[in-house]
Amino acid sequence: MCLGVPAEIIAIEDSESQTATVEVSGVRRRVSLACVLAEGAEPELLVGKWVLVHVGFAMSLIDTDEAHRTLALLAELESLAEDDGSTGG
Amino acid sequence: MKYTDEFRDPARARQLLDQISRRMASPVLQARLPIRIMEVCGGHTHSIFRYGLEALLPDGLELIHGPGCPVCVLPRERVDDCLAIAAHPDVIITTFGDAMRVPGSRQSLQQMRAEGADIRMVYSPLDALQVARNNPGKRVVFFGLGFETTMPGTALTLQQARAEGLSNFFLLCHHITIVPTLRALLDDEDVCVDAFIGPGHVSMVIGLEPYRFIAEQYRKPFIIAGFEPLDILQSILMLLNQLADGRADVENQYTRVVRPDGNRRAQQAVAEVFELRERFAWRGLGEIERSGVRLRPAYAEFDAEQVFRLPVNPVADPEDCRCGEVLKGQLQPRQCPLFGTACTPSQPLGALMVSSEGACAACYQYQRTDVQ
Repeated sequence: MCLGVPAEIIAIEDSESQTATVEVSGVRRRVSLACVLAEGAEPELLVGKWVLVHVGFAMSLIDTDEAHRTLALLAELESLAEDDGSTGG
Repeated sequence: MKYTDEFRDPARARQLLDQISRRMASPVLQARLPIRIMEVCGGHTHSIFRYGLEALLPDGLELIHGPGCPVCVLPRERVDDCLAIAAHPDVIITTFGDAMRVPGSRQSLQQMRAEGADIRMVYSPLDALQVARNNPGKRVVFFGLGFETTMPGTALTLQQARAEGLSNFFLLCHHITIVPTLRALLDDEDVCVDAFIGPGHVSMVIGLEPYRFIAEQYRKPFIIAGFEPLDILQSILMLLNQLADGRADVENQYTRVVRPDGNRRAQQAVAEVFELRERFAWRGLGEIERSGVRLRPAYAEFDAEQVFRLPVNPVADPEDCRCGEVLKGQLQPRQCPLFGTACTPSQPLGALMVSSEGACAACYQYQRTDVQ
């Protein structure tokens, strides 16, 4: 039950009840945006964003920049390994 | 970006494993082998077995599968509570799929459903609320369990039920909180852990601050980690770096999802609906102070513990089950005499065999085809 999944917000279902349709690996499902919607914000602005979904609730907006930063950090390991190789470890 | 495949790249995983091996060679770490790292969360346990990460790690590095699987720490008497409520003819019980198979002292919810009780699996507490709206002549009880990840969803659902004035929706609350249990483990002399892989999705709700004491008082490195293989391997490398440098900090590897302050709206909903219990029972670990929540008095009318008469018989775990020792990292799943024989995922005796997030079930499912 605790396995959260990243999902893309496809459409807003109902602005008043703060529900949206998200897609996870081709499967669509309704989720509540109550935990990721800032006070007074328009739900429509979240369409196209990715969220982490747990038991029917979007619990976090996924930060694309941070995801790229983590991957860039991992990519640096490659050059690190190459450097080590050239000096014999 | 799909936020999954990118973090499963085998070439990057090999590079991380190289770095981990190099780090392990440092004299500081070699002088204190084995290095024992506990992954707190069942989601991590599942990923570790699914991707076979344990077998890829260098010698001297051990993973201990911690208590962060809510189904695994569910006491049998709590299942009995559900069964007692389900026996009322006007009741519909709703809960998550994982909870259906946990054995009570006599049977599981799934077995009772097979005998005709109206017990339904739901994906979300909001689905349980819909069952209540659709069945005004029935009392609909949601058996809510889980850590801070699922707690906000239950809280928001209760708020919704109250706003709608629903009088046939109830919560049997078995939500638990991880931090007091980590403190209990750290205070347990039998538990030897050098560092922690922290629960990414609990942290997405509660933030980083609640773990600070683990680094400051207990001097254990703590990395909040994502759930893909590269997340876990990178977190292990970060932990080894801290240990090798003699540091103990709370660091966040899962920055794409976890903000330092967590999710304030979720925290507010939880604080409005729930309050801490003085103590709460964990299967295999016993009672732990301030480790569970219950509904606040303002929500008493929704509280199944107050509306229904529940049996008060604590039930001991089956004698041969070694779940508690596995939970504390003193025993590997395979070292339990019941593993894979008397206790299997289709007929679990111990709770660790029930959920795919349980150490024993994950070990059974993925390691039987281990080519090593």
